[in-house]
Amino acid sequence: MTTTQYRVIGSRPVRHDGADKVTGKAIYTADTKLPGMLAGFVLRSPHAHARVVSIDTSQAEAMPGVHAVITGADFPNVEDKVADLGEGSVNLSYLSSNCMAQQKVLYRGHAVAAVAATDVHIAEEAAKKIQVEYEVLESVTWVLDAMKEDAPLLHDDLVTDSMGAKAEQPSNVPVHLHFEKGDAAAAFEEADLIVEREFRTATVHQGYIEPHAVVADYNEDGRLRIWTATQGSFTCRQQTAEVLQIPLGNVLVTPCEIGGGFGGKITVYLEPTAALLSKKSGRPVRIAMTRADVFEASGPTPGSFMRVKLGAKSDGTITAGEAWLAYDAGAYPGGMIGPGCMCVFSCYDIEHAVVDGYDVCLNKPKTSAYRAPGATQVAFATEQLVDELAQKLGMCELEIREKNAVKEGSRRVDGPVYPPIGLLECLDALKQSDHWNTPLSGPNRGRGIAAGFWFGCGLKSSAACTVNSDGTINLLEGSTDIGGSRTSIAMQLAEVLGLEAEDINPQVGDTDTAGYTDVTGGSRVTFATGMAAYEAGRDLQQQMRTLAADLWDCSADDISVGEDGSFSAGGKTVGFKELAVELFAAGEHLVGRATVSPECPTNGFGAQIADVEVDPETGKVTVLRYTTIQDAGKAIHPSYVEGQLQGGTVQGIGWALNEEYFYQDDDTMANASFLDYRMPTMLDVPMIDTIIVETGNPDHPYGVRGVGETPIVPPPAALANAIYNATDTRMTELPMSPPKLWKAMQANQTSE
Amino acid sequence: MSASKKVHVTTTINKEEIDFLCEPRHSLLEVLRDNLGLTGSKEGCNNGNCGACTVILNGRPVDSCLVLGVEVEGAEIETVEGIACSSKLHPVQECFLEGAALQCGICTPGFLVAAKALLDKDPNASEETIRFDLSGNLCRCAGYDKIVRAVQAAGQQMNAEA
Repeated sequence: MTTTQYRVIGSRPVRHDGADKVTGKAIYTADTKLPGMLAGFVLRSPHAHARVVSIDTSQAEAMPGVHAVITGADFPNVEDKVADLGEGSVNLSYLSSNCMAQQKVLYRGHAVAAVAATDVHIAEEAAKKIQVEYEVLESVTWVLDAMKEDAPLLHDDLVTDSMGAKAEQPSNVPVHLHFEKGDAAAAFEEADLIVEREFRTATVHQGYIEPHAVVADYNEDGRLRIWTATQGSFTCRQQTAEVLQIPLGNVLVTPCEIGGGFGGKITVYLEPTAALLSKKSGRPVRIAMTRADVFEASGPTPGSFMRVKLGAKSDGTITAGEAWLAYDAGAYPGGMIGPGCMCVFSCYDIEHAVVDGYDVCLNKPKTSAYRAPGATQVAFATEQLVDELAQKLGMCELEIREKNAVKEGSRRVDGPVYPPIGLLECLDALKQSDHWNTPLSGPNRGRGIAAGFWFGCGLKSSAACTVNSDGTINLLEGSTDIGGSRTSIAMQLAEVLGLEAEDINPQVGDTDTAGYTDVTGGSRVTFATGMAAYEAGRDLQQQMRTLAADLWDCSADDISVGEDGSFSAGGKTVGFKELAVELFAAGEHLVGRATVSPECPTNGFGAQIADVEVDPETGKVTVLRYTTIQDAGKAIHPSYVEGQLQGGTVQGIGWALNEEYFYQDDDTMANASFLDYRMPTMLDVPMIDTIIVETGNPDHPYGVRGVGETPIVPPPAALANAIYNATDTRMTELPMSPPKLWKAMQANQTSE
Repeated sequence: MSASKKVHVTTTINKEEIDFLCEPRHSLLEVLRDNLGLTGSKEGCNNGNCGACTVILNGRPVDSCLVLGVEVEGAEIETVEGIACSSKLHPVQECFLEGAALQCGICTPGFLVAAKALLDKDPNASEETIRFDLSGNLCRCAGYDKIVRAVQAAGQQMNAEA
């Protein structure tokens, strides 16, 4: 556990962008207005799968107020080429046809044309006058159906890559992954107890409140300026440049304030379209998705089918694991099956395990990351089976987890050996918690627990700190701030320099001014961009030592920098501000800089406790009490760490109990609105208690681990375990919505 | 009435009398954002599901995407831009900042306006009342915990200042 006392780290200053955000002054993309700006509207496919026979745009073009109409024919040909987007990679030809369909539409909502007009209503009316002739094709939206030999094919040229071996016949399965350690078959033979179940989860959406939006201004000189809602301005720049086949250096991406992302605002959807409309019309163009577009045409996260098996010895040691996982990729290859495979047994030290995973294309929008992408599904399966083992062995569900929890030196099925990690510490905090030690009583009530894991990544981050004449600092960094990261980064710089958080003015730069920085994702910003800010501060201190040596007539090596950021030599001690002011006055204008690319995962573990009451008449689940525990390594700003824990948990509760894409007979979505998709409201959840565990990450100067993603992983499993303890009914399908739970309870009663 | 023929409307927004021209099909939200530059009210769904565009209309919180611009003739409207008193933040704004009750901030204006409308009526609103009254406002980042606490704290502060 970390015990170091810090001045700024661990305190709770008001965030730097706070006043702007409570007064309505903060500028989000849809708030951006340029002179002469037009409004864009995207025409989308009403069919789940169809060949585009012809498109006639003439009536739309003739409408007064319309300045440009584009279709797939306006997009350049993009070759098959895989581009690294920071967190995940993408085939650019797929990316391009996902932005605008070429010969085929692969899901309802797939873009087929776009209009720019003086007003969004005119653009919409014009778009509706575009005549698209479709040849409707057979479609498929269930993952196991899409894997069948006679399934309708989405891509004629797609063959399965099975750990490097290519299949001969095309299919909807681009990738088969296989991991194993030890000898799982033999271990199952020797197990005293085996549990095995099949699980299904529905497609769900990140549900950010801000719809995707972009403003593009294509200049006569070939420069393209983009203001957009993105989790990564640099990856947005790269994708846009590649799809449009223009030089990367011609594109400037300015990240506006962003209204939520959770992994769903990394891929470009609108940027190339807006750019082409701007190029054609000679005017800036703004496009914003409607809420229905967001559901139908952005990137939800995979639905799945999973068969998972665990074997244990009678003392509770889990000795064998087997998983067969099939995840939706959506319309194009590249879903979340990789992390699914790596996370299925990531919390338990299982000596023998085998995992097979399949990425499956089907007629749904191309899936995207969603907070610990791929991990929540497998936790729903594994964490229930662990409970079932405990129950059959007569063990406590906490005891079996403590007995089998991964720790330093445990090897995951996909290879990596864990450095020091904090799962046991989280389970211990759970055991000590008031929640766990307060008995739950009453009919139809139950308590469940579950553990969760997410890797957390490093990637690349840059920071620059400029010293002002009064000794305060302007911090320039490139991480889009979705939840207060400006402040958590600035606090680390303040700590190293011996300043207050308020002495730092953090700013998120655009792609022309900030150093290269990967996406805000992978729970990496406070970890990696914070590390860059720390290193930039160190760089500044080095420069100041050298300059102070001249002033003080000594060698730089004679000057030491204290924990409080002060500079000392020969019995003389000067604080950072004092020296900075003196150097500025002497004509030294200082900029500290750093670029970091930590390769290590930050390994975030957590555990959660859920108390529920189930209405036996309706199957409705009420969450009575909830506690989320997580190893943050070191919490820089505890309030915002708690906020991540609470927010992720409530998203997980929505995923568990209610959210799903309902598909109709024609494979189109029936509930593409907030009202019908029905994310949790304030009235649906209780207070979310949090316990922050701080084990310290040896790979970060202040011990930070990422915290953003892990909290969404345990809720469906913890709630399923609680529901089981309340009703004796084991739920193997998400969401555990009233009709599904009621049916399962009825079936359970009949079978008894 | 033709869809594009503009109508003249006089209304009061944040205590200031304002005239604007709008088409009959334009919502109050569009008027606020596009005609008047008051972009603090946000569009999350445009069909009254999310509450990000909440304004106070004649004393009642409403989704401004569900009100037509032509309907506000002679009305009194308060938006997020008008909550603060000159340079001093309203207690609900202060408590959101102090309590870290916002993350991405897109739902925040709607919550602040809806919370102010509730606290103006009942600064002692219970947790249950707050959760019921603000359940038309969706937040996807924060899990609501800190928002409820911030509204409670703001009520206490308003009582203390009264």
